[in-house]
Amino acid sequence: MTTRPIRIGAGAGFSGDRIEPATALLEHAGLDYLAFECLAERTIGLAQAARQLDPDGGYDPLLEARMRAALPLASRGDVRLISNMGAANPLAAARATTRIARELGLSGYRTAAVVGDDVLDLIMARPYPLIDREGTSCDLGSAVVSANAYMGVGGIVDALALGADCVLTGRVCDPALFLAPLVHAFGWSLDDWDRLGQGTMVGHLLECAGQLCGGYFADPGVKDVPDLARLGFPFAEVDQDGGATFAKLEGAGGLLTEATCKEQLLYEILDPAAYLQADVVADFTGARIAPLGPDRVRVEGARGRPCPGSLKVSICYEDGFSGEGQISYAGPGAAERGRLALDIVRERLRMDGTDTSAMQFDLIGVDSVDRRSDDSSTAPREVRVRVAGRSATLGGAERIGAEVEALYTNGPMGGGGVTRSARKVLAVASTLIERQLVRPQVIMEVA
Amino acid sequence: MILRDIAHVRTGDKGNTAQIAVFARSPEAYPLLVRAITAGRIAAHLPALPIDSITCYELPGLCALNFVIEGALAGGVTRSLALDPHGKTLGAQLLDLPIEEPAQ
Repeated sequence: MTTRPIRIGAGAGFSGDRIEPATALLEHAGLDYLAFECLAERTIGLAQAARQLDPDGGYDPLLEARMRAALPLASRGDVRLISNMGAANPLAAARATTRIARELGLSGYRTAAVVGDDVLDLIMARPYPLIDREGTSCDLGSAVVSANAYMGVGGIVDALALGADCVLTGRVCDPALFLAPLVHAFGWSLDDWDRLGQGTMVGHLLECAGQLCGGYFADPGVKDVPDLARLGFPFAEVDQDGGATFAKLEGAGGLLTEATCKEQLLYEILDPAAYLQADVVADFTGARIAPLGPDRVRVEGARGRPCPGSLKVSICYEDGFSGEGQISYAGPGAAERGRLALDIVRERLRMDGTDTSAMQFDLIGVDSVDRRSDDSSTAPREVRVRVAGRSATLGGAERIGAEVEALYTNGPMGGGGVTRSARKVLAVASTLIERQLVRPQVIMEVA
Repeated sequence: MILRDIAHVRTGDKGNTAQIAVFARSPEAYPLLVRAITAGRIAAHLPALPIDSITCYELPGLCALNFVIEGALAGGVTRSLALDPHGKTLGAQLLDLPIEEPAQ
């Protein structure tokens, strides 16, 4: 336990995130911990499918590259690593990391796997009502690929107490990757709700990495961000009461200001007074954000209330197939030819009995993402036709792109640049599970 | 004047729900924001957006409003066929919402 401030960095904000900003933090930020958030909602279902093909697979595909870059620096600087890169197979991820540590000559490097989030057997054993839609877990039947509970800090804290240099989890609440080292280092009690709320705010601000430093922020001429090409990742210096100062490395691109912190604080938040986590219900409404200097911002004032009695579970299930085709038109009349193309494809699909009512017929450049009122006052110089739909079969999904491709010789003048795809759909449903049924376990691997 | 002149926005998603946080550029602009941006005006500005309900959370300490728009994402990112299944472009589409200048 310590009373000195703890320095935590953000090493990744999604599974495909850039690696260089993380290694820069390891080299220059004087960190105690670096946490990588790499597990989107659906990623674990894809990982589970990979694990079914290879029992030693099912963890983050970039784990190898990240660990090769991070381990030597983390080991030299005594920075402990935490990540959900374990995805559907934390133990295999820990073994792979241990192998990499050996290859790098880091004898004795300790990597912990935190398991226990896989609740597939539990939610299929009896019907759990789904959230946000009709039905139960059992209704999804054999289509279910994976079911993982959002665990809290428990397993990570245990692993750190056991002396892990690196902790790899499957599904945990994203902020828990950052809250856990604070709980461990300061010895926070797991019913110290205000501190847990404050630590959750720290984690929430860091979990998207570059976004706190001006990523997803620039709007040229209105909100300019310097040197975005070299965007840095943030770190926080956290006090034992949970107050934190956020900063980025000098010389790294981007900016870290009151405005970037505010945007990130509310990012993907519904009720700001009740941010539901496994460990706490965090309340951000009293947050105070104050600039301390260039790229340095103080954030404090979050609070917390007792954690909910149940944990959220993400269920990934196979949901048929989707297919898509696109083609471009340019020059005078481009939009009219694009609309004609859409009509032709719709009619051809209907002619052999395809139900087109739930399909997507977009004119990119006109109405594909724009939800404002129809504005046809300006004629676009180019448009891109997009048709997308679902099908119970792969063949039905492929048919959609095939009909778009057929526009080359059977459609309006001047169509070009066809792309087409068809894929299996992995959808996500959610349910709640009793907290006491989910028990994290730690398995330590030593290089 | 448009919203972009007095505010910045950040859009996020949770399942079938879009979330748009709107931040006043200055504390002075916040009361103007509260008056100008209502659930009704958002719905009118984005008529092609399917909406089950809109809830507005006021955060005076941050000079921010958080709009939670349920039913906006065609079933959510894992099921939607939309080109922008997260609805990440929605907040930016609010930025040209006309704002009436306060009487001097």
